[in-house]
Amino acid sequence: MKKLTNLTKTQKSNALTYLVVCVAFVIMFALQKTGGLSSKMSGMLVPICAYIAMALSLNLTVGIIGELSLGHAGFMSVGAFVGTTAILIMQFNGVESPVVRLVVGIIIAAIATALVGFLIGIPVLRLKGDYLAIVTLAFAEIIKSLFQNMYLGIDENGLQFSMVDNTVNLSENGRIIIEGAMGIRSITKISNFFIGFLLVIVCLTVIFNLVSSRSGRAIMAIRDNRIAAESVGIPIFKYKIIGFTISAAMAGAAGCLFAQNYSSCVASKFNIDCSILILVFVVLGKQGNMLGSIIAAAALTILPEVLRSFADYRMLLYAIILIVVMLAGNNAKFKAFFNEKVFGKIKKSKKEVIANE
Amino acid sequence: MSFLNFLVSGLSLGSIYAIIALGYTMVYGIAKMLNFAHGDVIMVGGYICFFATQRFGLPAIIGVLISMAFCTLLGIIIERLAYKPLRSAPSLAVLITAIGVSYFLQNAAQLLWTSNPKVFESVVGSDNVKVGELTISYVTLLTIIVCLVIMVALTLFVNKTKMGKAMRAVSEDKGAAQLMGIDVNTTISITFAIGSGLAAIAGVLLCSAYPTLMPTTGSMPGIKAFTAAVFGGIGSIPGAFLGGILLGIIENLAKAYISTQLSDAIVFAVLIIVLLVKPAGLLGKATREKV
Repeated sequence: MKKLTNLTKTQKSNALTYLVVCVAFVIMFALQKTGGLSSKMSGMLVPICAYIAMALSLNLTVGIIGELSLGHAGFMSVGAFVGTTAILIMQFNGVESPVVRLVVGIIIAAIATALVGFLIGIPVLRLKGDYLAIVTLAFAEIIKSLFQNMYLGIDENGLQFSMVDNTVNLSENGRIIIEGAMGIRSITKISNFFIGFLLVIVCLTVIFNLVSSRSGRAIMAIRDNRIAAESVGIPIFKYKIIGFTISAAMAGAAGCLFAQNYSSCVASKFNIDCSILILVFVVLGKQGNMLGSIIAAAALTILPEVLRSFADYRMLLYAIILIVVMLAGNNAKFKAFFNEKVFGKIKKSKKEVIANE
Repeated sequence: MSFLNFLVSGLSLGSIYAIIALGYTMVYGIAKMLNFAHGDVIMVGGYICFFATQRFGLPAIIGVLISMAFCTLLGIIIERLAYKPLRSAPSLAVLITAIGVSYFLQNAAQLLWTSNPKVFESVVGSDNVKVGELTISYVTLLTIIVCLVIMVALTLFVNKTKMGKAMRAVSEDKGAAQLMGIDVNTTISITFAIGSGLAAIAGVLLCSAYPTLMPTTGSMPGIKAFTAAVFGGIGSIPGAFLGGILLGIIENLAKAYISTQLSDAIVFAVLIIVLLVKPAGLLGKATREKV
């Protein structure tokens, strides 16, 4: 008990984040096992985990490093394609256990995407602000085009690869893996909720440890004041690229998990809309706040399903909710209105704080 | 097809990008926000013109004018309802709101007009002119001319009129402009109105050249034009023009000589290379940071 009271504020909030994730997992897992979830909901558990991991990854870039990325779906795409390819190669070579395939696939995806993130980071992180954002978008589009024109197959002679036109010539037992615009087809769904949960926990641990390390402090110093950080001798580029590479690795792992939940994986799924969806999770959950990202990712993934009774109007409602939430959170008049009418007198003290800001 | 033909069709595509990019760049220059909904205003413009000319049988020029009026109004309404309350909010919040508006327009269009693609008949017919070996369609010719006219008119407006001066002042320093007696809110609204009016023209031209009209028609040209604006140096009017034209030509030549499927990748690769060499775009002003 004494130990708990000695924790710092950050440690407490980190502990709360872990606790919320674990409790949510236990409840969902129990509901799933006892059949308390509809098949629709239980099918959404893995995508929710993948989206949470994506949101955490992007929150590292936007909230901790402080750079806007509009191309995170590109990393997700690299992870999905590399991971799934690795899994299919393992399957072809007779690796039986799906869990082994999944875990090894996710690890390979993370490593490959980290490498891609590092290479992309070198030019991208030299730019600033909106220019940086547009270049991440450009890279995501390039990645999408490349995967859409890639052909890869495997047979007993090994891997065969071609670009633009399908010249892959496989023997009878061969299996085509990536088929241009049609992507990867007939994937055996091997993802499971527990691995998804583990991925979220690993991402959280990595981020929390990074933030409280020397590198993390340097990264946040750069975010808060680049010039001041530079003048005390922090190598800006080095620390930014460390953060960016870690963020890419997480996105890749999430992409691999995401792909294993569907029977096919096409590059056009990871377009700008996907990047923006994840950005919305991060901004609604507040940049730099990991628990916020987790809740926003889970809530907004479920929301369109909950709104399904409105059928045609659900995406329209989603758009309106998005606008209203942004207005409510950022406009002084709206803020005052919500504080007075919605929350009543309980938040009177808080209102003064807002007024002072 | 000869090189010259590809060049002309690239010029036409580039002119469309340029008109859209002008809208992006003006709004960015003054309100310092990426108006992600701009591409969807193009789509709305296309639909309004489609209904005016093809359903109600109005002459093309009236259709274009109605479409411009509607989009101008739409631009002002969007600005007043969604962006004005966020004038002092962090830029990321404004960006997400713009994305929300973009989703809203797309889904509203889908509900009103369904997602079935509509075949848009060109506003000037499908005839061609022949100049030597070169065959140029009327649409191509019209697009290039309209783009040049808009470019000249806009440059004159921004440099010679009182309103244009106010715009330049607001984009330079909002606070100081207000102290000089400039109505900042009206200036921003007018910028949105002009940008959206241009988007309507771009929508009509885009649909005349590529005749399928869907609720998502505007999003890819929107992103490309945004790229073009950054390419030329966002915030700069000649930059947007140059960026748009170059992007269109590069895209078309890449399609013709390298690979149709990889043309988008090539366009974006060129953008990246240009930004690495000139981090503020081709004609953008490199700003020094003050300590």
